[in-house]
Amino acid sequence: MRYAPRLRSVALAAAAALTIAAGMARADGQQVVERIHFLIPGGAGGGWDGTARGAGEALTKSGLVGKATFENMSGGGGGKAIAHLIEVGDPGTLMVNSTPIVIRSLQRVFPQNFRDLTLVAGIIGDYAALVSNAGSEIKAFADLHAAYNADPRAVAIGGGSVAGGMDHLVAALVMKGVGANPTEVKYIPYDAGGKAMAGLLSGEIRALSTGFSEAVDLASQGLVNILCVTAAERLAEFPDYPTCKESGSDAEFVNWRGFFATPGLPAETRAKYIEAFEKMYDTPEWETVRARNGWVNIFKPGDDFGTFLEHQEQQIGDLMRELGFL
Amino acid sequence: MIEGILIGLSTALTLTNLVMVLMGCLVGTFIGMLPGLGPMSAIALMIPIAASLEPSAGIILMAAVYYGAIFGGSTSSILINAPGVASTVATSFDGYPLAKQGKAGKALAIAAYSSFSGGVIAAIFLLIAAPSLAYVSLSFQSTDYFALMVLGLSAVAAFAGKGNVVKALLMTVVGLMLSTVGTDQTQGVQRFTFGALDLLDGISFLLLVMATFALSEALLAILKPKTDADRLREMEAQRNLGSMAVSKAEVGEMAPVIGRSSVIGFLIGVLPGAGATIASFLAYGMEQRLAGPTKGAAFGHGSVRGLSAPETANNAAATGSFVPLLTLGIPGSGTTAIMLGALIGYGIQPGPRLYIDQPDVFWSVIVSMWIGNIILLILNLPLIPYIARVLAIPGQILLPLIIFFSLIGVYFVSFNTFDIHLMIWFAIAAVILRLLDFPMAPMILGFILGAMMEENLRRALLINNDSWSFLWERPLTAGILALAAVVLIAPVLLGALRRRRA
Repeated sequence: MRYAPRLRSVALAAAAALTIAAGMARADGQQVVERIHFLIPGGAGGGWDGTARGAGEALTKSGLVGKATFENMSGGGGGKAIAHLIEVGDPGTLMVNSTPIVIRSLQRVFPQNFRDLTLVAGIIGDYAALVSNAGSEIKAFADLHAAYNADPRAVAIGGGSVAGGMDHLVAALVMKGVGANPTEVKYIPYDAGGKAMAGLLSGEIRALSTGFSEAVDLASQGLVNILCVTAAERLAEFPDYPTCKESGSDAEFVNWRGFFATPGLPAETRAKYIEAFEKMYDTPEWETVRARNGWVNIFKPGDDFGTFLEHQEQQIGDLMRELGFL
Repeated sequence: MIEGILIGLSTALTLTNLVMVLMGCLVGTFIGMLPGLGPMSAIALMIPIAASLEPSAGIILMAAVYYGAIFGGSTSSILINAPGVASTVATSFDGYPLAKQGKAGKALAIAAYSSFSGGVIAAIFLLIAAPSLAYVSLSFQSTDYFALMVLGLSAVAAFAGKGNVVKALLMTVVGLMLSTVGTDQTQGVQRFTFGALDLLDGISFLLLVMATFALSEALLAILKPKTDADRLREMEAQRNLGSMAVSKAEVGEMAPVIGRSSVIGFLIGVLPGAGATIASFLAYGMEQRLAGPTKGAAFGHGSVRGLSAPETANNAAATGSFVPLLTLGIPGSGTTAIMLGALIGYGIQPGPRLYIDQPDVFWSVIVSMWIGNIILLILNLPLIPYIARVLAIPGQILLPLIIFFSLIGVYFVSFNTFDIHLMIWFAIAAVILRLLDFPMAPMILGFILGAMMEENLRRALLINNDSWSFLWERPLTAGILALAAVVLIAPVLLGALRRRRA
């Protein structure tokens, strides 16, 4: 039963629609694409919706794209929209998606995977982080590792996704990186990030696997310790937080969001879309949207996006097989 | 603290901010009245507007919209039995019967007074105790939440009329069963989806409540043609539809109910894993028990206490949920999650330091709660007679409207036509069950609490390596469970005693 995120969605849709309408007024000479129809595989208000509407807002306000329209099509964990994108074959439609497209196609929630679509670009990402309660004896990743080595069954690591979902996979990945058996990692699922955070602060779990952006503000207020971040290098904005790599785990993970088009999209059309997104990063309009949402820019256009996705599929697939979810 | 209140007052009482409160209350009330749109949607709608204002004006606007939407939500529960949000389900139990008896104006007035009192009293608690309560809220673990849900479920008996206990229990089980559809939280396994992609995310609360409450009510009204006597009685009832007169005796009855429900509502609201829905059910169940056998029997048939208790409690809980939000930066509900997003958008990070770093924000939020509640009362009382007249619309116009808004409300959230099909089937099933005198309320209660109960129990078991010992070893858990046992057994024992004496 998940009524909360669904309820807020209507309104956000309407809200975003308002912003877009306001943004359509301006269009100067730099238009790259005439119009984009964004297909959003979930109800309004979620992460996918925010990404599509945020990018749409920046693209139209900056004049890179003449007109943006949006369509929400939820169902089947995103499968319905994927089938629709393939079936209709409209070159003017871009579908937003994220890390779950990889996870769910591995789980066979839907029969297609990213190879059945034209890859346009990955545009934003959020790193994952392991955090602990500031009042606990676990101050650094080494403490968590030591506690785990002493008794894996006593180290409960929580997260805001189902077992086998992203937060679980990240926790397993990081622990696997220091030689732990991923199946022994005791993962405790919560139905939302906020509740998982409350669980961590109540002391019932020892650590929490969460998005870095969700943890960083609480860490700066001294409520939680950030044990490690799954980025390749320390983040320029937050140099105080160690990466998992330097803590001894080779785990690297980014929860990306990006855009896909119908299969067989002409190469020049794809190049135009990529150009629009690439130029978008330099606009103040995008910076406003990005800062408002706390997103991290990651530009992975076209074939780079494909390489990145193949790597992630391999990484997640191996882990899920090991955990017994496949 | 006095200094803080003054800071808050001076911020909140500027002309711009008062205009914000007024506008927010009006818009919120209107949005909240539409079935399917609740406080969460209302606040989310305001975000783009609020983002262009300065922080305190923006927050005041959102708080006003919030209270307006809560009030508006009660309106649709009372008038057309369509609780758009879970926390107003209990409001419909006695509010709708009152409206059917032609006392819609009175029911709306009672709801307004109760919401107002709940909000204002809880804001006082918030003012006095927020920082210290923040840490209390964190002492609740999954096992305690499980016990709390059991306590909530033990209130089921409160929703069963005479001789209906078995039917109520059966419907609770149906609700529990429906809550298991979808991807299981703990294992990630699909349950009862029959391979249908559309059931992967489970059945949404909104869909179920709109189908079994609003839609089935409208269908029943069509199925049961009115006799001339009915029509006469209805005409008679409609004459006083807009009357808001609440007798002195009723005020006397409401006062202690409001006092108790504010306390329980606020305390439950403070817990990030509980929220306004459970608060309203618990307050309703508690008042039914305290009312004694005669007055208690009136619950569900238009009891003033039965309407006042959940209305007070859900508003007090909504205010209580600001405790973990403001002092810890943890959103306990969808609404506070959106609020948190908006605050962060302003560059304000709620947390232990908010109180010290940005006292004007902290205090203006609290003061705006009072102002919002007061303006809402002033604004809405004169409107009630007109709102109540919705029921004077002839059935052949009103019923299609209700059906239309229920279906559209659900569709606009998911944009999935499957939901409409599902809704119609649920509505048909509900009509049949209701014709056989099966109550719908216990089903919704089972549905809402069942999912949370299962989730918390299984989480507790996971953490404790499958040992059940936490049920008696953790004092808080054991205490709440004992209370649930008392609630269940006490009426049976008291009844037996009474029979013996007689």
